[in-house]
Amino acid sequence: MKQKKKTFQIFIGITILLLFVILLENLSTFIPGLPQVLSPTSPLFTVLKKAAVYSLVAVSMNLLNGFTGLFSLGQAGFMLLGAYTYAILTVPTAMKDQVYYLFGGCAFDFSLVDMFKGMFGESGFGGAISMILGSFIALILAGCVAGLFSYLIGIPVLRLKSDYLAIATLGFAEIIRAIFQWQKFGPVTNGANMIKGFPTFSDFNITGPSGNVILRLSTFVPFLVSAVCILLIVLLINSSYGRAFKSIRDDEVAAEAMGISLFKHKMLSFVISSFFAGIGGALFAMYVANAQAKAFTSVMTYEILLIVVIGGIGSVSGSVLATFLYVACSEWWLRFLDTEVYLGSFKVPLLRNGFRMVVFSVVIMVIVLFFSQGIMGNHEINFGALLKKFQPKPERKS
Amino acid sequence: MSEQVLKIDNLKVRYGGIEAVRGISFDVKAGEIVTLIGANGAGKSSTLRTISGLVKPAEGSIIFEGEDITAKDPTAIVSKGLMMVPEGRRIFPNLTVLENLKIGAYLRKDDLEKDIEMVYGYFPRLRERSWQEGGTLSGGEQQMLAVGRALMGRPKLLMMDEPSLGLAPIVVQGIFEIIRQINDAGTTVLLIEQNANMALHVADRAYVIENGMIAMEGTGKELLEDEKVRAAYLGSSSS
Repeated sequence: MKQKKKTFQIFIGITILLLFVILLENLSTFIPGLPQVLSPTSPLFTVLKKAAVYSLVAVSMNLLNGFTGLFSLGQAGFMLLGAYTYAILTVPTAMKDQVYYLFGGCAFDFSLVDMFKGMFGESGFGGAISMILGSFIALILAGCVAGLFSYLIGIPVLRLKSDYLAIATLGFAEIIRAIFQWQKFGPVTNGANMIKGFPTFSDFNITGPSGNVILRLSTFVPFLVSAVCILLIVLLINSSYGRAFKSIRDDEVAAEAMGISLFKHKMLSFVISSFFAGIGGALFAMYVANAQAKAFTSVMTYEILLIVVIGGIGSVSGSVLATFLYVACSEWWLRFLDTEVYLGSFKVPLLRNGFRMVVFSVVIMVIVLFFSQGIMGNHEINFGALLKKFQPKPERKS
Repeated sequence: MSEQVLKIDNLKVRYGGIEAVRGISFDVKAGEIVTLIGANGAGKSSTLRTISGLVKPAEGSIIFEGEDITAKDPTAIVSKGLMMVPEGRRIFPNLTVLENLKIGAYLRKDDLEKDIEMVYGYFPRLRERSWQEGGTLSGGEQQMLAVGRALMGRPKLLMMDEPSLGLAPIVVQGIFEIIRQINDAGTTVLLIEQNANMALHVADRAYVIENGMIAMEGTGKELLEDEKVRAAYLGSSSS
């Protein structure tokens, strides 16, 4: 009963958040003369889009590392699988020759978007429906492919523990990346070159006949997909399966003695985590408007691991919070550290290209040394308690 | 005599080249409290871990309610109604008390309300602490939680591995009192103890294990009065 009420509250909260995002990105269209920050090209929206994508991946990693206690570093590999699946399935057939020109066209002469266009019509409303349907199904398939691969790799790898599991999954991610860059697979993966031309976030903007934007949805879409996915993960964590995952994290032997099948539950967590990482990878491809294996290096995994650690291992809201802070810092707020500044003829010391990363590293070291629990530890943000803090305290009776 | 619940026949357990259990045979009848006592490394815990499926036996058979459960996986064994309270309590430190209890009933799909009430009935302290994380409980409370968690699985046979380990004597007495009550309520109990005095007082029958073999058996009372047992395990020799 209590749980249901809480779920309902979360649901309302997410709806409000999504409406707010739509409002935010359309403000500049309706009210001219707003500050630069709210214009569509502002870094604000870049940060919001990227953070929405990353928060999904961070939460999916937290499901595995924080809630099931499996230290896996394969996230970038599963993202890559998702990104390529999405890209290959949605590049319009007309575009394929152009994208795959080095390999004389694509071996995979099919596009989900085109398939739906055949059903609903090319332009106008039909075109929009087929684009939404096509990319939506491709997103789910992206997750499925990542999930399938994680299942196959999980059979041998999940018998390993802690560091060994991390090394094995990291190795897997690197192998996948190398395979996707292999020239022999060029007709499918376009080798080391990027795949372009598929629907991206800005394709979801509703445009008028002359190409002018009527309603911007390019920030809303990643928020919507991420919010739905994170909500699903939260529901899973709060279910009896989630409890079993946490018990495995806390004490494997005791969990097994309670009749919890270790392998089955570890596999379940691994596959679900990879499924959402795959969707996250597809979203990432939409965000950068291309899919290229080069982007999905272990550096990306570490970045996400960092977010999870900063947010708190075992806290979904911590991961989300940390993602927005991290992305905002790295893409926006700390950018000034990379540009040389002159005050009159005085050059401010240290500020030059790359200094941002130095500051970043120091911040991370401070966090790891002094706040090893991260922002949230393994707790969740409790909005009820937060509200109470701002209310006047009732007189305590002695 | 009542029916046999558990029958162990010539059980052998090896870890690598070391034989920890060297041919143990015993049985547990419905409604009994049976205890296995013995020194460190005698093979008590290995026997228990083998029965619950955490360790695979090298030889021998384990029959539970007429069904062979030798070398079955723990999930199958737990679902038949054999629950274990592991050595050293092993509660889940980051889960709340209530969550810990619910994990005990993980394989059950029916309503848990009644069982949670029952456990809180045995251990009122747990009700007070139901939203506290398991790791913040005291040792005695953790042992209560471990017992409660196992009870949540509605065991036909409850196996306990050293419930007195690391607890103050007064707390140990409380735990044994509860074991008695649980047994009176109809649950068969297989108890493993180093605290032979407490175990023999509460047990209907007892087996003494030495070097992986059964050295002696009898009712709790018989063994309490036995000279050899008194000298070796009760520390009250005549000298």
